[in-house]
Parts: sequence; structure tokens; C-alpha cells
Amino acid sequence: MSSATFAQDDEAVQAGKKLFNTNCAACHKLNKRAVGPALKGISTKYDKEWLYSWIKNSTAMIKSGDAQAVAIYEEYNGSVMTSFPQFSNVDIDNIIAYTDYTPPALAVPISGNLNLQQAEQGVSNSLILGALTLVLVILVVMLFLVQRTLLQIAKLSGVDISREPRPKRKPIWMAFVQNQFLVFTSVVLLLLSSAYFVYGYFMQIGVDQGYMPVQPIHYSHKIHAGANQIECKYCHSSARVSKHSGIPALNVCMNCHQNIAEYNGEEDLENGYTKEFYTKEIKKLYKAVGWDETNQKYTGESQPVKWIRIHNLPDFVYFNHAQHVEVGEIACQKCHGPVEEMEIMYQYSPLTMGWCINCHRETNVKVENNEYYSKIHEALSKKYGVEKLTVAQMGGLECGKCHY
Amino acid sequence: MASNKTYWKNIDQLDSANKTVQKLEENEFVSKLPENFLSDEKTLEESSTSRRDFLKYVGFSTAAATLAACEGPVVKSVPYVNQPEQIRPGVANYYATTIADGFDFGSILIKTREGRPIKVESNSEAPSLGCANARIHASILSLYDTLRIQGPQANGKDITWEDLYLQAGAMLKALAVSDKKVVLMTPTLASPATEKIINDFIAVFPNVNHVIYDTISSDDALNAYEKYYGVRGLADYDFSKAKTLVSIDADILGDWQGGGYESGYAKSRLPKRKTSKKAEMSWHIQFESNMSLSGANADLRIPCSPAEQKNILAYIYDTLIGSKSSINLNTQIKVAADKAISRLSKSGKNGVLVSGIEDETAQGLVLAINTLLKSQAFEPKRPKYIRKGNSALVKKAINDIETGVVKGLISVGVNPVFTSAIGESLKESIKGLEFSMAFTSKMNETAAVSKFVASTPHYLESWGDYEMKEGHFALAQPTIRPLFDTQQFQDVLLRLSGKNVKYYDAIKDYWNENVLENNSWNKVLHDGYYSSSKQGQIKHTPDFSSLNLSSLRIAQASNMSLVLYAKTGMGDGQQANNPWLQEFPDPITRVSWDNYLTISYIDAKNNGLNNSNTANGALNGSYANLTVGDKTLKVPVLIQPGQAKGTVGLAFGYGERMGLKKEMQTGINAYEFYNDFKRIQDVKISLAEGEHEFACVQLHNTLMGRGDIIKETTLEIFNSKDKKHWNPIPQVSKNHMEFDVTSPEVDMWQEFDRSIGHHFNLSIDLNSCTGCGACVIACHAENNVPVVGKREVRKSRDMHWLRIDRYYSSASSFEGDIQTKDSISGIGDSLSTFGKMEKASENPQVAFQPVMCQHCNHAPCETVCPVAATSHGRQGQNHMAYNRCVGTRYCANNCPYKVRRFNWFLYNKNDEFDYHMNNDLGRMVLNPDVVVRSRGVMEKCSFCIQMTQKTILDAKLEGREVKDSDWNCACSNACDTGAMVFGDVNDKESEVSKLVEDERMYHLLEGVGTKPNVMYQVKVRNTDEKTT
Repeated sequence: MSSATFAQDDEAVQAGKKLFNTNCAACHKLNKRAVGPALKGISTKYDKEWLYSWIKNSTAMIKSGDAQAVAIYEEYNGSVMTSFPQFSNVDIDNIIAYTDYTPPALAVPISGNLNLQQAEQGVSNSLILGALTLVLVILVVMLFLVQRTLLQIAKLSGVDISREPRPKRKPIWMAFVQNQFLVFTSVVLLLLSSAYFVYGYFMQIGVDQGYMPVQPIHYSHKIHAGANQIECKYCHSSARVSKHSGIPALNVCMNCHQNIAEYNGEEDLENGYTKEFYTKEIKKLYKAVGWDETNQKYTGESQPVKWIRIHNLPDFVYFNHAQHVEVGEIACQKCHGPVEEMEIMYQYSPLTMGWCINCHRETNVKVENNEYYSKIHEALSKKYGVEKLTVAQMGGLECGKCHY
Repeated sequence: MASNKTYWKNIDQLDSANKTVQKLEENEFVSKLPENFLSDEKTLEESSTSRRDFLKYVGFSTAAATLAACEGPVVKSVPYVNQPEQIRPGVANYYATTIADGFDFGSILIKTREGRPIKVESNSEAPSLGCANARIHASILSLYDTLRIQGPQANGKDITWEDLYLQAGAMLKALAVSDKKVVLMTPTLASPATEKIINDFIAVFPNVNHVIYDTISSDDALNAYEKYYGVRGLADYDFSKAKTLVSIDADILGDWQGGGYESGYAKSRLPKRKTSKKAEMSWHIQFESNMSLSGANADLRIPCSPAEQKNILAYIYDTLIGSKSSINLNTQIKVAADKAISRLSKSGKNGVLVSGIEDETAQGLVLAINTLLKSQAFEPKRPKYIRKGNSALVKKAINDIETGVVKGLISVGVNPVFTSAIGESLKESIKGLEFSMAFTSKMNETAAVSKFVASTPHYLESWGDYEMKEGHFALAQPTIRPLFDTQQFQDVLLRLSGKNVKYYDAIKDYWNENVLENNSWNKVLHDGYYSSSKQGQIKHTPDFSSLNLSSLRIAQASNMSLVLYAKTGMGDGQQANNPWLQEFPDPITRVSWDNYLTISYIDAKNNGLNNSNTANGALNGSYANLTVGDKTLKVPVLIQPGQAKGTVGLAFGYGERMGLKKEMQTGINAYEFYNDFKRIQDVKISLAEGEHEFACVQLHNTLMGRGDIIKETTLEIFNSKDKKHWNPIPQVSKNHMEFDVTSPEVDMWQEFDRSIGHHFNLSIDLNSCTGCGACVIACHAENNVPVVGKREVRKSRDMHWLRIDRYYSSASSFEGDIQTKDSISGIGDSLSTFGKMEKASENPQVAFQPVMCQHCNHAPCETVCPVAATSHGRQGQNHMAYNRCVGTRYCANNCPYKVRRFNWFLYNKNDEFDYHMNNDLGRMVLNPDVVVRSRGVMEKCSFCIQMTQKTILDAKLEGREVKDSDWNCACSNACDTGAMVFGDVNDKESEVSKLVEDERMYHLLEGVGTKPNVMYQVKVRNTDEKTT
């Protein structure tokens, strides 16, 4: 059963939601005071006409000395609300419709239904299994009965059913041992196959492909990079200039999360990722960064987050993000995989030397619009007689380029 | 005549009968594989561990290690909560700041990574003292010294700063009320804002008297300058303008008058061809007792006693002003002095004379002679302020402390108990004072007896303002937050004088008011320096008519003079707990981890003192009892070729025991003999029992009979003869035809096309290399080179990627030394020849040659590596993949230059090597871009590939070609004399590509055919054959 029972036909609410999210959400929340007041049921507090003029030009209203306007201006310490002269009255109506709209409380019945269904299924399954077992038992009992009857009949009719003793043969393992060829081949096979597995085992030591540790804060790349389409380098900004991509400092999180205090996106109930769950994770961020939500200010008491590092290159390898991401313009996903689909981040690539080398052999150097390459690229292409140079041809396989 | 000269590294090499040297020359490798590497033989025999046990342990540990290796550790990453805007992980930030510790002064740049300083670089834009010496380069490690004092103390117990202010303030007030005298003893501060703070402090506490105490005094030069120019300072010199340079015991390349002269000096030493095709360079004569760096670089060096130096100076003055001198000089000295005089008068304003003689008259005479010459190199109008100490006042202050006239002592960054000859009695007097307070960053002898110990920050954690030369201002800014609970003494003084400002505000106010001339504070802070447009305050011309030379004329040599000096590595000893500096081999003696008595061969022989080499090349020396006045110390003896007869030398800075790790407690304290703050003392020496083991690298890696390593010629030959004559290319024969060894005809290697892309070359000019060693320390810092300790250095296991070889050659044998040696026949003849050679060792010529991996295009090391751990890059670098190396050491054995270094042990996180890499604090200095090598792998110079790669990446990111000036190595960056030039030879405009074509260019051991990417420029000496 779909959990997306949000879907409503009310177009006004939908349009209002869209407008709200693009224009109002930076400062307002539905149920809670943020930079501006909570907007839930705003139409009950203020007259509609008043709201029209307020939203379109709040400054003018404050200047004109409107009592309500001045009151709210003073309540929020003189911070002025952005004016939205581009809104039509219909737009504002839609927004108000959205703020007034209360989604029907569906969550409880849904989960109830689910439970019921699961229970029903559980009963029927065990019933069938029980019946089958019963049939099986009856069959076995019947077999025994038939055999006994037959034996009795034979006994009564004087048939001797004792078998003749078989001639004694060599046990199979003895025959195997004595066949030297077989022993030899199987030993060789055994050795080869175990070597194969041992090699395989050793080669995966230190290769942590798929490493998916539990992080102190459940940070979902799926929500940030996937649903919200945030650019990778917005948070991992040092990838542009540095060898490190950098785990963003918490102040980067707060650029958005100062306003986004609760999660209102899709839920994944099977894994327990409910809205409450995500909102709780945001609270963890607030605690770490020392953000007092009610007073909307920093307390100064912070607790740095100890993330568990997933991509661990050995010390003797030098890897530079800027070289690959900025100069080579390689998409982050090439090495890190479909991060925008990862609920929990994991190591996508093996990060072995063979993997690096392979890519260097296959990838062409991106030389367009980079004066650094123009001369050397021309000379080298002539030398190798190729149009495009691979990284390897530029010297990307030399030991000292990565090991120093 | 490059190839005919005989070079030697050690006096024993002159004795062809010496078996040890012979054996060392024959042996390609100094030491065999150690049979007893676990411990010495005796312990092995006594050990109960059998071979079977050993195998069991090996088996168990292998299994355990394998099991343990299967599980990767969990690595945590902790990002900033609030990331500072300018910090980006992985990107270095540079800050301009200034070092001024009372001994070393300089404008520098600090490289920081993730907020921690990791390297010092010269601020070459600064107008004066913009070049960092070896000690300044190493000072970054002193920041991470675990023995730094971590908080304020009172009577040996930790207290808080508030309590200290309260208690010390109350005591000071009580002293002020009862008008009891207090001495405030500081080193030379050269800091205008600090001087204002001190004056304000004295205004509040009028009983305080400020005394400036230079640990190693320049008192006489200061007195002379003050007498004739009216300001306490030092005349400055620009040696790049000198064509004739006469130095009488002035170590201008060392710490003479604060140092910092090498870059100007080196400029004048380059033989540049003028339009007339004749090359010109300066001529430098040095009269001195100890063999100094300056003497080693001089064209003519005359060893003489301190008394003779005074005579020479007076003689030169007398002759220059045209009067007949009555002074009797010995013939050799007289010839040299006459030569100096004729050159000086010929050069006129291009001549300059400097002196380090500790005599006010002599120093006055120097000023007079330079004024007389109208010397351009002499700049008295803008004095240097980096030495200001006044020995007379210091003596009076110490005397007052001892007699009880003074009741209180505030010492700031000085340690008079250790650095004065009367330390022991001073210690007792300080204990008896009513009030004593020591501002120090490490626990020392003076702080230990002081009531209050105020912990001060390292200079990299401090603010500061300086006027190192008149009109040349500099700022210091913190590059890291204070690591410990420390306060700058200026802040403390401000607080105690009741002012509610910090030193930072005081500097800013002072500068805005008096210095900046409406320039922006932020701009100056960014640059680190500011040159004032104001004219110098010295206007009047001095009157030298009152000079009385009689004391100089009649100076008589004593039987034996002790000449105290400061070593290049240790200076005044402030950084004795710095393992980089302890392991830094002295440029002249090549001894690390020690100080010693340098003595001439003759004097050593007469006193029964000797040096000997053990079978593996390590040096041993006798001990001598050294007696000055009623004080006697037992000192190891090192025979120093070139040491003047009748003199012995001993270096300051060693022998401290307090505040030093056990390994660093080396040498003996020369300050014990620093009576009356005079470097020259009458001394008696006698043989003492025992044999001292030196950690000397001088007999390691002998020349193995290959004489062509240093190529040198004289200016005359350079000007008159063809290149073939003084820089020949070795010839080889093929099919009975002679070919240049560089010709492709005789090359047995496959040649690759190296004309595409970058191709790095390093040029080292033997003419401008002064041997100062800044590159050695810079290389240590950049490349995480480990410190191995005295015991390992003695076994020739030093890890320096870059060494500066020092070669001696006898001046008299320029033409026919080899012939002389070859023509020896019979015992009688050989005896007389050896006699001659011994004489040569009295005063050898010296040449310095920095040697690092030569990055051969045809590298012998690469072909022998069984696992291909070392390979060649297209950019000319010889790569070394540490993680691939299995430690066979074949490469080191096959290297003709002996530049590969093997990690015999794990040098980090190992208690056996308790240096900076063994603690968390010390490891903060490590460069995160370079691997810390593990045990059992080979390492060597990489041409700083991390730096060249960074340069390339920066160009790529900005989408431009690389500029020639962008290429750098740690060593070429640190080289202030311009001797090292690094760059891309495929860039035809680059400086290094021009140097490849230079007529003086040669490769080391060209005959081997390795085609190195490091080149040297032939050394040209400005000597003419006739006089030598």
C-alpha cells in the first residue's frame, strides 16, 4: 500500500504549497515561530484584505501607522518582511489555503490496516503449513502400515525374503587412494582452488568496498543531493581547491538548517525513517552546533561531530580532489557512485591501485580551455599519433605522481 | 686545473700510510651488514633465548600481525563546528612574521597547514634581514618542544596568572615604596613599542633599571659606533658592492654583529663576464684564528693569533694613511697584509674592511678606515639595532645583585646563571633576592632559582614589532593560538603598570602614531615589514682624530689563546633542545651532537693530543684539560686544519642540562670561560684521560680516489684559458677514438625523448654556496626527515637527504700535487713529502659542495631494484615508492653519489628515538603532504616532488602555463645566496636552462655517464698563482 496518501486534489492547496516553499519558507514555518511568525491558521488572526496589502508591501503599512502592522513589526525586533508585489490576490489566497489546510489524519488507520493485513497473512500461512505437515505425517504412517501388512502376507505365504549376501567389494575411498592419477589431479585441483580463495581473501584485506558505518548523525545524501538537488561542492567546497573534499563544517549545515528545523519530505516507513526520525536527527545537529531553537540564537556550547570516515586512503597515497574535480571535471559520482540515491553513505569503489590505474588508462585528459595543456598536449599527441591523450600517456602512471 | 688538485676530507687522509683510510677508500660501503644488530656480542652470548625460541617468536608475531591486519581501524573525522574563512583543509596559508630572540633576527614567512605552522621561509621582499639561516629554519620545531614551560609558577608550584599578578604586583609595589633597586634584564629587543612599554613601566616603578644583556656580546663595536656616531647601534655593510673585502676575524657569514650578510656577499662572488670578456669578482682576504665559514670562503685566508690581528689592523691603517709602520709582523702575514693594503687602495670606494676584534679602539679604527676609503659597502648612516647589549652595565648589575645593592631581578628571555662565567655565585645571589621573576619559555637555570616563573609564548604565538635597522620596521603576528598557558612579557608589564591595554593595541597605537606615515596597518601586517621614507637620524660626520693605536701596535700574543665562537647550528644555545640543530653537522668540522676544542695539528702534537678513526670511519679524539684562570674543564679535542697556531677554539651553546631532553644534553658549557664577556681568553691545555667518541660525518663516504668531484680554477685561468682547460669533459675511447663521455656515441643506455613537458634541473653554484646549511634544515622540515641521534650518526646512518660536503685542499699544491705524490720514491723522500703535506694542512683551502640525489637520467639505482620501487619520471625526477620498497639496499650500493638513506629503525613513535617524532606535540611539525617513512625502506631526495606537483596543479587550476619563478624546491627556496637554482630546462626562457649552457657547468662524476639532472658550476677562486 502506498504511503503517499498526501495526494490531494485541492489545487489551491497544491499551488499554495509551492508558493509557500519558494517564497515564504525561508523565514516562516507552519507550526512554529522562526524568523517570522508561524503561519498556520493565519487567516483566523488577520483580515484577508489586511493580509493582501501586508504581503504586497509591509513597509508602507508600517509607515502608515497601521496598529496591527506596527505591533508585529515591534514583536519581531524591527525586522522588515520582504514585500511581494508580484503576488496576485489569487496567489495569496492559495498560500492562505495551504496554511489553513490540515491533512487528514491518515497515519494511524494506515498503520492499523497494515498490522491487520500482516496478521491475517500470518494466520493463513501457518494454517496451510500445518495442513501440509498433517498430510505428510498421515502418508508416512500409511506407508509403514502397508509395509507391515505386506511382510505379514509374505510370512504367511512362506516366501523367504532374506537377501543373499553381496560379494565384498573394496570401499570407495580405498579405490580412490590407490588411484594415483585421481589423487594427483584432485590434490592439484584442491590446491588451485584453495589458492584462488586464499588469494581472493588476501586481496580484499584493506579493501573496504561497501563499507557503510553508522554515523553519529543519520545524514541522508538521498534527501540532500537527491530530493533537494543540492550540488555536491556546495557542502564539500574544498574539493575545488584542495586535495581534501572536506567534511563540511557545521556552520555550512546551518546555512539551510537555521530555517529547516523539521523534516517534511517523503518517509521510508519500512526502514523506520519517519518524519519524526529525521527531525530528531536535525535536533542532533542543533545540539552539536549549539543552536537554541526557541530563541533562534547560538548558545556557544558546541560539540563537534565525530563522523566516521568512510574513504580511507593509505598514508602513502597522495590523491588530490581539485585535480580530478576541477581540472579533470570528473563527476563526483564516477568514484563515489550514485550518492544522490544513498540513504546511508557507503564506499562505492574499491579504491585499490588497480582501480585507479585502470581509470588513468581509459580516461582522456580534458584539455579544452586550459592553457596549461595546450603546448604539451599538442607535442605529445604528435608523438603518440593520437587525437586525444589518456592520463597514462601524460605520465599518470608514474609511481612518484601519487607516492611521495 | 681542475683535475690536478688533491682534495681531502680528513687529516688522516694526508697520511698515505694510514691503514684505516686506505681500507675505507677501498671499501665501497662503510659498514658491512651488522652481524650484531640486535645487541652487542656479549649480551647475545649471555642471552637465554635460543634459536628455536627466536623462531617461535617470529612465527607467533607473524601470525599475530597477519590476524591484526585483517581488520581496518575505524577512522574518525571531526570537522570544525564553525570553520574559519581562511582555513581550507589541505591548502597551506602563509603569514609574514618576524623572529627576534635576541640572537637571531629576521623577516620570515610561516607556512601553516590546518592552522599549525610547519615551515619557515625567507621573506625575501623585506629590505633587510630577509634571509633565514639554519637556526631560524629550525626554530619552528622549538614551538613544538614538549619541555616548554606550560604555565606560570611561584616558588616551584603552578599558580594562575591572576595570582601571579596579585603576588608579584604587591611585591613590586613594596619594593618601589621602600625604593629598593630592581633590575629588568632583557636581551636586545629592537622593538620600539616594547621600549615604550618598558619606559611606562619604569615610570610606575622608578626603582626599576632596564639592562640589555646580549648573551654573546658585540659590546666593543657598539661602543665604538656610539662614540663616533652618537647612537648605540652597529654600522651596516652591503658586501655586494665590495670588490675588495678585508676581514680581520669578522665571521661575516656567521653571526658577526648579528649576521645576515651572506646574500650580499654571494652576489659579489660570482665571476661575471663583462663586455671585455674578462670576468670580475670580489677578492676576499680573511685573517682569523678559528676556521670560520668566512675563512673557508675567502680567497686568501691567513691564520693568526688574536694579538697578531690587532697588529695587522694597526699596520693596515698606518700604511693606508701613508705613515711608516713600526709594527713587526712575521713575513707571511706581512706579505698578505701588504697585498690587502694594495688591493684596498686600488679598489678605493669599492674596498671595505671589517673586523671582529673585541677592542673599542680596533672597532673605531674599522669605522675610520672605511670612512677613509669612502667605502660604498659601508653604510653607517642607518645603523642596525639588533645588538644593543652593554657589558659594563650588565657587569654592574650582576655586581649589584651579588653585593645586595639590588633587591630584585626581572629576567626576560635571558639566562645569566648559565650564560655567564660567574653563574654559580650568581645563582646563590638570585636565591637571596627579595624579588625575582623570570620570563621564559623553558625551564632554565635562572628560572629555577627565581621566585616567579612567567611562562612566555614562542615567537610564533606572539605579537611583536621591531626596528632591526633604522627605518626598517617589521611586525610579528601569531601564526597559531598559544599552545600553553602563556603571556607575553609586554602584556604582563602593561598589566603590572596598571594599564588596561594589550601589547597588540600598544603596537598598533605606537605604529599608527610614529611609524606608518598614514599607511594601512593591515597592509604592513600582511607584508611583515615597512620601510620608512624618513632620512636617517645620523647626520654628523665623525671625527677619528682622537684614535690612539698604541694598544693595538704593542699587542703581544699569549702562549695559548682560547677563541670562543658560535657554531652555525647552535648559535648562543637557545635552541639546544632542538633535535634538528643537534643533528645538523657543523659546516666546517662536520661534527654533530657536540662541541669540542678545535686545535691546530702542531699544537695537538706538542700536547700529545690526537684524533683517530675507527674501522668504520667514526672519529675518536683525546680529551684535554682546559684551564682558564682557576677554572678547569675536560673537553674533547678535534684537530682542525687551518686553526692558527697558539690558538684553540670552543663553541658556545652546548653543555646545558636544564630544560633539555637527555639526548640533547651534549657538549660542555663554553660560557664558563666567558670571563668579562670577552671571547679571547688566555688558556692552558694539557692531555686528559679518556677518549671521546664524536658523531662526525667527515670520513663517511670518502672520495674513493675520484678527484673530479669538485672542479675549481682561479680567476686568472678562467679569464685567460679555454674552457677545455679548466672545465674539461672526461674522454672515453671507442674504437681507438676519443669521445666526450656525454656524446651519444659512447652511451650504452637507450635515450628517451625528454623534450616534451617539464624537465627539472637543479643548478648549484660552488662560487656562491657559502656552506651555511639553511638548505639542510629546510629539507628536514619539508620532507619529514627523521632525526637518528648521536649513536646512529656515528655509524654513518644519518638521514640527511641533502648533505654539504666540505673538502680541504692545500693551497700550495694547485699545479703539481698529484705529481708530487706520484714521484715519491723511497722512505726518505716520502718522509719529506709528508712533511710538506702536513704543512699544507696548516692552512688548507676549503670548498663546499651540497650533494643530494642527482636524479640521473641514466640512474644506476633504478636498474638494480628487484621490485621496481625506484623508477624514473618523465619530468626528470627519480621516484621512490616507499610502500613498494622491500629494503634490499641494492640501490644505495649502486649509487655513485652515496645519497640514498636507509631506515635502519622505525624513527617515529619509537622510544629508542625520543625526538620530536616520538610525541604528539612534535609530530605537529610534520608536513602532511609527505609520507613518514617506516622501518626497512630506502629514502632520498625527491626534488620536492610534492612542491613541483603543487605548482603544476596551481597552474592547471588557473588555466595558465607555469612561470619560471613558480618552480621551487625546499633547498633552493632556502638558499638566500642564490647558489641553488631550480627550474624547468624545457622552458627556454628559464634561468636554469641558461645555467645548463653556462661554461662553468659540470656534472658530478660525469665520467660515470649517469647524466644527472643536478649540475654544478665550477668554483672560481680569485687567487693568483704567484703569491700562494
